[in-house]
Amino acid sequence: VTLPTDHLFRREAGRMVATLTRIFGVHNLALAEDVVQDAFCRALEVWKFRGPPENPSAWLMATAKNRALDVLRRERTACTFAPELGRLLESEWTLAPVVEEVFASKAIQDDQLRMMFSCCHPRLPEEAQVALVLHILCGFSVDEIASAFVSSHAAIEKRITRAKKVLATSKKLFDVAAATEFSARLPSVHRALYLLFNEGYHGASPESAIRSELCREAMRLTAVLLEHPQGATSATHALAALMCLNASRLPARVDATGKLSSLLDQDRSRWDQELVAEGVKLLELSATGCELTVYHVEAAIASIHARALRAEDTDWQTIVSLYDTLMMIGPSPIVALNRAIAIAQQEGPERGLEEIGAIANSERLGSYPFYHAALGEFELRTRRKAIARDHFRTALSLARNPMERQFYEQRMAACERDAAQQVP
Amino acid sequence: MSEFVYLYRGGSREGSPEQMQQVMQKWMAWFKQLSEKGYIKSPGHPLERTGKLVKGSQKTVTDGPFAESKDVVGGYTLIEARDLEQAVELSKGCPIFEREGMVEVRPVMQMNM
Repeated sequence: VTLPTDHLFRREAGRMVATLTRIFGVHNLALAEDVVQDAFCRALEVWKFRGPPENPSAWLMATAKNRALDVLRRERTACTFAPELGRLLESEWTLAPVVEEVFASKAIQDDQLRMMFSCCHPRLPEEAQVALVLHILCGFSVDEIASAFVSSHAAIEKRITRAKKVLATSKKLFDVAAATEFSARLPSVHRALYLLFNEGYHGASPESAIRSELCREAMRLTAVLLEHPQGATSATHALAALMCLNASRLPARVDATGKLSSLLDQDRSRWDQELVAEGVKLLELSATGCELTVYHVEAAIASIHARALRAEDTDWQTIVSLYDTLMMIGPSPIVALNRAIAIAQQEGPERGLEEIGAIANSERLGSYPFYHAALGEFELRTRRKAIARDHFRTALSLARNPMERQFYEQRMAACERDAAQQVP
Repeated sequence: MSEFVYLYRGGSREGSPEQMQQVMQKWMAWFKQLSEKGYIKSPGHPLERTGKLVKGSQKTVTDGPFAESKDVVGGYTLIEARDLEQAVELSKGCPIFEREGMVEVRPVMQMNM
C-alpha cells in the first residue's frame, strides 16, 4: 500500500482540529493542536513499520478520538471543555457516546464549517481571517503561510497568535444552526475564501506549487460551504463558479519554458475544460434570486474569457459592460484598471490610456506592478517606445518574484526592438 | 548472512503536517528499498515513549522515560546483512538522521548450541 500523496496530513489536520475544538472548546485550541500533532506522530511511527492502513483518514480520526478521550479523562477535573457539551463530558457514562457522536462523519463536515465561520470573526482583520483559515483549517504551518504570502515568519506568527487570542475570547465556536447569524457572517466567509483564492491566483509567491495549493484549498472549503443547505446561496455558487473558471487557466499561466504567460498569450488548449464546464454549471446555478454580487460579475467575466477559443475571439464589449456593472457594485482602482484594459482591447490603446488617466484614486495603484505594465503595453502599442520602456522599468522595480521580473524584462526588451515588429 | 537490530533512538516529533507526511514517505521508501533487496528479516515494532521501569531487589516501579528523551528507543527492526559494516552502511539511508535521531546497529549474538 502506498500513501496517497495529495497532502493527506495537511488536509486531515484541519478536519481533526475542527472536530477536537468542538469537544475541547475554542479556548483549548492549543490542546486540540497538540492532540493532532500526537496523532501524526503515532501515524508516522506505526505506518513506517507497517505501511499505511486501508483508510488512512479514518485511522487518523480514530487515533485523534482515542487521544481526546485520554485527555478528557485525565484533565476533566482541571480543565473546562466545550460549554455546549459541559456536563456530558463529566460522566464516564456519557463521555464515550458523546465523543463518538462528535466524531461521526456528518458532524465532522459541520465542524469544518463551524470553524470556518469562527475564523471569520468580525473582530479580526481580513488578512488575519485568511491566515487563520489557512493555519487551522488547511493545516499550513506558519512558515508555509509566510512563504505563500512572501512575509516573514515573525509577522505571520504574530498575526496568527493574535487571531487565536481573539478566537479564544469568543468562548464558543460559531453556531452554524443559528440561521440569522449564519446569514450575517456568510459574506465575511465568502470574502475570506475569495482572498484565499486570489492569494493563490495573483499572489506574490514565486512557487507555483504553493499557489495552486491555495487555490485548491479555497475551492475545497467553498465546496464544504455549498454542501450546507444554508451555505449554498446564490453568492456561494457564484464564488465557486469564479474559482473554477479562473483555476481552469492555471495550467497555462506558465508556458513550457517556465515563463509567465499573460491571458492573451496563453496556450488556450491547456485550459482545464473540466473546470470550465464545472464553472459554467455553477454560474448557471448562481443565477437564482435577485442577488447580484461581485462574484457573479467576476465569474461572468471569467466565463466570457473561457468561451473564447482564441484571444481575438473575446467578446470585449460584454466584458466592458460587465466591468461597468462591477464599478457600480464593487468599485475599486483595480477594477477600474481592468475595465480600462478591456476598453483598450476593444477601442484601441489611446482609449485605454484615457481611461487609466481617469481612474479615481489612481495613486493607490502606484505600487501595483500591473498598473505600470498596462501603461507600458498601451504606450508600446501606440509606439511611444521610450515612455513604454519607462513604465515597464517601474513595473520591474515593483515585481514580486523572479518570474514577474523576467516577464517585465522581456517587455522592456520588446520596446527596444524595431518598430516594424511591434504592430499592436 | 548475519542478523542485526536497528534501534531507532530519538527523532524530532515536531513539524507541520506537510513535513510529517514527507518524513513518513521517506521512511516508507527506505523500508521498501531495504525490503525489496531482502535485508529486512522483520520490520519490527514501534514502541510507546512512556512505560514503567522495575528495578532492584525491592522491585521498585517507576515511570519512564528512562533516559534523555532524545535517546529514547522508538522502535526496532531486524536486519539481515553480510556483516556489521554492511548493516551500518544500509542504516545510513534512514530518514531519522534528518530529524535529530540516531540508529543504533547491534549484531544479534550467534547462539551455536
